[in-house]
Amino acid sequence: MIAHSVFFYIFSLIAIVSAVMVTVSKNTVHSVFFLILDFISISCLFIMIGAEFLGMIMLIVYVGAVAVLFLFVVMMLNVAEQKGQWFSSRWDGGTHIPVGLLVSLIIFFELIIVIGGWKYKPDLLNSLSINISTEVTNTRSIGNVLYTDYILLFQISGMILLVAMIGAIVLTYRERAGVKRQSYVKQISRERDEGVDLIEAERNKGVKIDA
Amino acid sequence: MDSYFSILLTEVYKILFLLVPVLVSVAMIVWLDRRVWAFVQKRRGPNVVGPFGLFQSLADALKYIFKEIIIPASSNKLVFVLAPIVTMTLALISWAVIPFGEDFVLADINVGILYLFAVSSLGVYGIIMGGWASNSKYPFLGAIRSAAQMVSYEVSIGVIIINVLLCVGSLNLSDIVMAQQNLWFVIPLFPMFVIFFISALAETNRPPFDLPEAEAELVAGYQTEYSGMMYAMFWLGEYANILLMCAMGSILFLGGWFSPIDIFPFNAVPGPFWLMFKILFLFILFALVKATVPRYRYDQLMKLGWKIFLPFSLFYVVLTSSFLIYFDLLPGK
Repeated sequence: MIAHSVFFYIFSLIAIVSAVMVTVSKNTVHSVFFLILDFISISCLFIMIGAEFLGMIMLIVYVGAVAVLFLFVVMMLNVAEQKGQWFSSRWDGGTHIPVGLLVSLIIFFELIIVIGGWKYKPDLLNSLSINISTEVTNTRSIGNVLYTDYILLFQISGMILLVAMIGAIVLTYRERAGVKRQSYVKQISRERDEGVDLIEAERNKGVKIDA
Repeated sequence: MDSYFSILLTEVYKILFLLVPVLVSVAMIVWLDRRVWAFVQKRRGPNVVGPFGLFQSLADALKYIFKEIIIPASSNKLVFVLAPIVTMTLALISWAVIPFGEDFVLADINVGILYLFAVSSLGVYGIIMGGWASNSKYPFLGAIRSAAQMVSYEVSIGVIIINVLLCVGSLNLSDIVMAQQNLWFVIPLFPMFVIFFISALAETNRPPFDLPEAEAELVAGYQTEYSGMMYAMFWLGEYANILLMCAMGSILFLGGWFSPIDIFPFNAVPGPFWLMFKILFLFILFALVKATVPRYRYDQLMKLGWKIFLPFSLFYVVLTSSFLIYFDLLPGK
């Protein structure tokens, strides 16, 4: 039990410190690295309470895919070089701090409203008395409720993700002129007759091919 | 307190018992890779140091250790040093869940295959960190390429794993092997095995998908600024990852520690040896591919991953699950 709580405190300390470092660190890429560290330590906490499936999915989805794309974008945009601007919190003479404070206050009160109106399932309040069966692995038990009781919600969230994906593609897709695309079928089905042409070149004039 | 200490000691002993053979075999397969490669191209390969050149990797390692580690002045030093360490660590920790035989595994966790998948998806960070921290154009381009490549092929590997899991009904690696006692999954899921093999090539940045370090375009990709032991760590991590992918392939499709036929001379060989033979077999395939196939172009690579592998493996998921439901073969009921 001692080792358990030692590890718990280590991981939660790392999680909190790295969460603070995400906002404090001057270099944007470092912020993303701290975010990744945060994700990893939180997934360790998940594993420690026995929710190994959630922990692993957290690693695969957030660290393995989302944060990679995040890092990708931050590196490509070269936001790291704007650290001076960000940190003096000045942008063209104005300052970010009032706006930032306002937004965070609004979010804070929204959270209070949401959590204050939260209705708990009665047996959740004395959750220590709930019988947790150790026979069924938690992958199976998540599957048992996700694909039966909550199938509609599950599919709706899938739909929302699909819509978001299509939206992103529609917003960024541009038809550009003059793009050369390779078509394997075209390449392979080319015959000698259409590929090779014998052209009689006129003297001092040459041949125009692409005409 | 005493019991904690003894548990710790036994665990450390077990970990050493696992890691030392893995590291030695990494050194050996580097040699094997070069020998197979040379053999295909009618060269001799490394054959001077020791019998058959077996100690070549050792000599190389010594050379790397005594070379100077150069850290570029404009690099991000901490991240620059961390990158090879991350690569190496991630390549080694995934071996914890590989079952070498029945009850012969370091950590027999419920979600073993997810753990493997998660750790291999973290592997991209070593490369991105190295490429970014070098603060130089070629490493950065290499890192960006490899990030896109590894993320793309992970998706198809994930879908392939789903195919296998449908047939097993468990995420535990030992259960996956046990489910193949009578029929290796390579037979019903052969197309998936082929796609897994090709995706594993892409995931480990092996030729023909070694675009992150395409020397004709990017010098050495993300490794350009690295030298000495730090370069060697990238290199070792890469080969440990290749071995791991081979192990994953043998566990998912080739029946792990089981012998091909359950008759006397075969089933007398202990399970771990069978797993090693299978890993070696897959690795020699990797080496043969390296020796024979030219490098892909980047757009072809992306097209292969997203437009061919992903739809096909998704289709195969539907096919597998309909087959299992129609013939009432679904496991775990």
